Formats: sequence, C-alpha cells, structure tokens
Amino acid sequence: MLRLYSLLVLWCLVFPAHAVLDIEVTGAGEHQIPIAIVPFEGETSYDQRVSEVIANDLLRTGLFKLVDPAGKAPHDSKDVIFSEWGKVEALSIGKVSKLSNGRIEVRFRLLDTVKQSELVAQVISSKDEQIRAIAHHIADLIYERLTGSSGVFSTRIAYINRQGRFNRLVVADSDGFGEQTLLALNQPIMSPAWSPDGNTLAYVSFEQGRAMVYAQSLLTQKRILLAALPGSNSAPAWSPDGQQLALVLTHEGTSQIYLVRPDGSDLRRISYSDTIDTEPTFTPDGRYLLFTSDRGGSAQIYRMPISGGSAERLTFEGSNNFSPRLSPDGKSFVFAHYTGGKFYIAVQDFETRQIQILTPGGWEKKPSFAPNGKLVLFATEVQGRGILATVSSDGRVKQKMTSQQGDIREPTWGPFYKR
Amino acid sequence: MKKLILSVVLINLLAGCSYFKPKKSTAKAEDTPVATAPAPTGEQQDTGSATQADVNAQTLASDTADSTAAAEHTPAPIEQADKAAVIEQPSDNAAVIEQPKRSVYFPFDVDSIQDADKLVVQAHGAYLGEHPEQKVRTEGHADERGSSEYNLALGQRRANNTKKALVLSGAKTKQVEAISFGEEKPQASGHDENSWAQNRRVDISY
Repeated sequence: MLRLYSLLVLWCLVFPAHAVLDIEVTGAGEHQIPIAIVPFEGETSYDQRVSEVIANDLLRTGLFKLVDPAGKAPHDSKDVIFSEWGKVEALSIGKVSKLSNGRIEVRFRLLDTVKQSELVAQVISSKDEQIRAIAHHIADLIYERLTGSSGVFSTRIAYINRQGRFNRLVVADSDGFGEQTLLALNQPIMSPAWSPDGNTLAYVSFEQGRAMVYAQSLLTQKRILLAALPGSNSAPAWSPDGQQLALVLTHEGTSQIYLVRPDGSDLRRISYSDTIDTEPTFTPDGRYLLFTSDRGGSAQIYRMPISGGSAERLTFEGSNNFSPRLSPDGKSFVFAHYTGGKFYIAVQDFETRQIQILTPGGWEKKPSFAPNGKLVLFATEVQGRGILATVSSDGRVKQKMTSQQGDIREPTWGPFYKR
Repeated sequence: MKKLILSVVLINLLAGCSYFKPKKSTAKAEDTPVATAPAPTGEQQDTGSATQADVNAQTLASDTADSTAAAEHTPAPIEQADKAAVIEQPSDNAAVIEQPKRSVYFPFDVDSIQDADKLVVQAHGAYLGEHPEQKVRTEGHADERGSSEYNLALGQRRANNTKKALVLSGAKTKQVEAISFGEEKPQASGHDENSWAQNRRVDISY
C-alpha cells in the first residue's frame, strides 16, 4: 500500500494516458491459469476501464487464460455463486467509486474459486488520472498471488521515439501507455539507462553536436552533464548500488570503458585495449562488467572484473554479438545475435554456456530483462517501422506493440520502484 | 591513362578547394555551430537547444543547395563517378549535406582509409596546412549492422583515422576535431548494401 502511494506521488506529472498502441500477443505459456476478470462496478465512468487494463496486462504474459464472465457480474464476495465459476481457478471482482473529496476509490478482491476463499482484498484510492496505475497495481497483485513471481505491470520502460530528425526520450508504463517526454531534440539521443532506484535516467545526447552523457532526475527533471570529453561520450550503465556508472569515452583514442561517480567525479579508466570496448553492463552482484569488444576480430561479448584486468570471451556463435544485459538472478544474459544477415534476440546461460534464440529474427536489437526476469523487451521492425516488442524469457510468448507515430529505438526496462 | 586520371583527380581537388572559402565565410556570417567547429558552451546545456538545432538544420539545408550548384560545374573524378551519382541523389531533402570529395568511404566493419580516398584526404590535409586558421570536423558514420553503441565506436575510429591522415598531410592536430554519429544519421535508410555503402563514411566538415 505504501509502495503504491509513493508511486502515485512520483507520477503526479504524467500526462493522461492515450490509446496510442496496438498490441498483438502470440504464443502461450506451458500452463495457463484460467481466470475471469469481471468488469468493475462503476468503471465505465472513466476513459480507462480498470478490468480491461488488468486483463491486457495478464494476457501479455501468456500465463493466463482469460475466461469471459458471460454476463455474470458480481462486485462483492457475497454476490459470488462459486458453482457458476467452474471453468476458472480465480476470479477478480471490484468497484470503482468517486469519493466526496474528488478522488477515486477502487475496491478489489481476488477469489480462489476452487477453495472458495478470498486470496487478496484491497482498497486503493487516488486521483482520477491514476486509474491505469491502480489497474497495473491490481494486475501485479493477481500475478504475484497466482504465479509466485513479482509482477512488473507497475514498472516503467524508457526508449527513444524518432520521427525524421526529431527525437524524443520517452518514459512510459511497461505496456507502452502513459508516455512522458523527458527530452525532445532535432539531434540523436541514445542509450537511456535507469538508475537502480528508478529515479534517474542517464543517456547520450548529441544536442551539443557530439555524443555526451547526461543524467536526468525523473522527480525534478534536473539534469547534469556527466561526461563531455573530446570525441564520443556514451554507453552509460549504473552499478547495482547506484554509487557509480560505467561509461565509454574516446578522448584517449578508441572507445574504452571508465567508471565515474553519479556526480561526475572520480573518473577511472578500467579497460586497456586498442580495440573497441563498449556497452558495459554490471552483473547483479556488482563485481563484473559484461561488454562488447572487437578485440578478437569481430564484435563479441566479454566479461571483466570491475577492477579491470583480463577479460574472458563469452560468445562464440554467429557473426557478431552485441548489447549484453544480465538477468536479475545473474544466471544468464540476453544479447543481440547477428548471423546470416539477421539480428535475433538470444539468451546465454553462464553455467551451461548454451545459447537459446528467443525470436524469429529480423532487425531485433537492444534487449533488456523485465525486473522479474520473466520477459525481455527489445526493439524490432515491422514494415520498416521501429516498434517495441517483448518475448517471454523461455521464448514461448511474443508481443508486439505498435505506436501510431515514429520509430521506437533503444528501449530499456526500468527497475522495480524502490522505497 | 593512369596519369590522365590522376590529373583529373587533382584538378577536381583544386576545384573543390576553391569553394572552401566562400563556404567558410557563409558559415561565419550565419554563426552556425554545426558548420564551424562547435565548442561546447554552457548555454547549450538545457533543453532549449532544440531550437538551436532547428536553426542549424535550416542553415545546413541552404548550404546543400549552394554546394550542389557548385558541384554542377565540377566534373566528378572518374574513379568516383558512380559514388558521386549516388550521393547527389538526396534520400531525404534536408539530410544530405556532403560533396563527394568531402566524404571518404569504408568497407563493412573497417576503419582504415581506403586507397581510393587517400588523395582526397591528402588534399584536405594540405589545404589545412596552408590555412592554419581553418578548423574542420571529421564526422564518422557507420551502417546499421551492429548496435548503436558499437557503431558510435566504429564511427569514432573512422573519424580518428581520418584525422590522423589529415595531420600526416599537413593539418595541425588542433585544427581537426574527430567525432562520431554512429548509425544515427544515415544518408540512406534502406536495409541493403547500396544504402549501407553510403552510410559507412567520414564526412570532412568545414
């Protein structure tokens, strides 16, 4: 509850959500939980229907089978006749009402129709415009209670939307709705990177004519110029404790990896090659960096201690491999795998060293794990347009999100919001 | 025959040099940060510089018109005739900037100056040696086969190597700023070798 309130405070600046996306889901999980989401009483008074947002969230995971309530509409536990719900294992019911102070209140219950018991009951109140956030919170409660994993529907993603020369750095809900523009330029923007507390985005902007790294607060919108050395300043990545960032700088020659404090102080070089070393990303224990290097003659993924020292090559398949990102449990990493003229999203297990290709192939780039490790977000192309897509980390369920305008590039999934 | 080609190339390079000056003065008159070597300034650090970028874009567009006109009086070097034809065909009206002789091209994932472009770079280096007040940027680009960050790094290496070659031919280190746009500013947007070949380049930008 506390967590939700802090989230609502954080999002008080968000523009109203627009229906800008067309979402297509293919595939299904091995075991799907049958659930009915009954339309909430009073929800039709609002642009965003709570039950629809919840249903779409659950549908995208591929782990749920949504069963049509077929006209039955209980809104309270006492109205539920369990014998009518034999086709489902769980039932979501509730009400949306307007409070005298102008806020809205949502009452929600999740029922186990097999054991005929109540699993979750919660009352949530907020401003009108937070109705999607409330629905995502409810979807998280359902997901957590029924699958045992943390839900990611209340988390956010960041990406670049490009229309011609016009570039916007955007933060949106994990379903792509509720876009908020942090920066708009007629110059390129690249490589957004979330701080581990979800409050700051580091990114690369060309607004001064070349690549420089900025860090911008999502709370205050204030930002600092983190790196503006000669040449290119790029590829920011936060350490898991938020105490430092890895960066790539070229002022000493070719692209090399450095560490720096979030205020721009204490710059230290940690890679020493005369080849390209770029796209650093920390392991969850903070002890290693994975990065892309062409030191072996082609771009491949390597691992190196953050103190520097010798690097170990991790990828050997395909022509090239780029853009590594660790799973939250640190046991595997996703990356862009280039082979036979196509980019695929692939995952490699550290222990077995086996790679698994998760996607059909095409122009698929920049993967990142959801903070629960169950989904991977990436950029792909459909009919020449850059769009967002996700794939479940087992490759079974795929989702494409098509926005109405522009090309989506460089997506990255944000962390759980921490308090 | 070889001698003939060489002299045609040289004549063209000289012709190319002859419009360095008018272009430079235009740039100064309009005070465009992109055309001159832009030193970072505090003022540009806020988001207000989106407007600044707008202004740049317009100036570049008018520059393009000028230099295209100039190019019509300049026979293309024989060795580069096909490249020239491709480059003068704008894929996106505003984005195409460069004269053929102000760009050098690279094979896939390669960052060293190719033999075909060495004379062009030498001529620029010699010009800069004779005009120590003139500043240029070498702007590296890459095709889209790679990650955006890898391509930024590759473009930077191409720009660094072009800068080195300019310095070897007479330019002073301080006259040349090497930067990269990676895959962010493609000249052609197709997923095909014809487009990629145009995007793997360094623009020598006065």
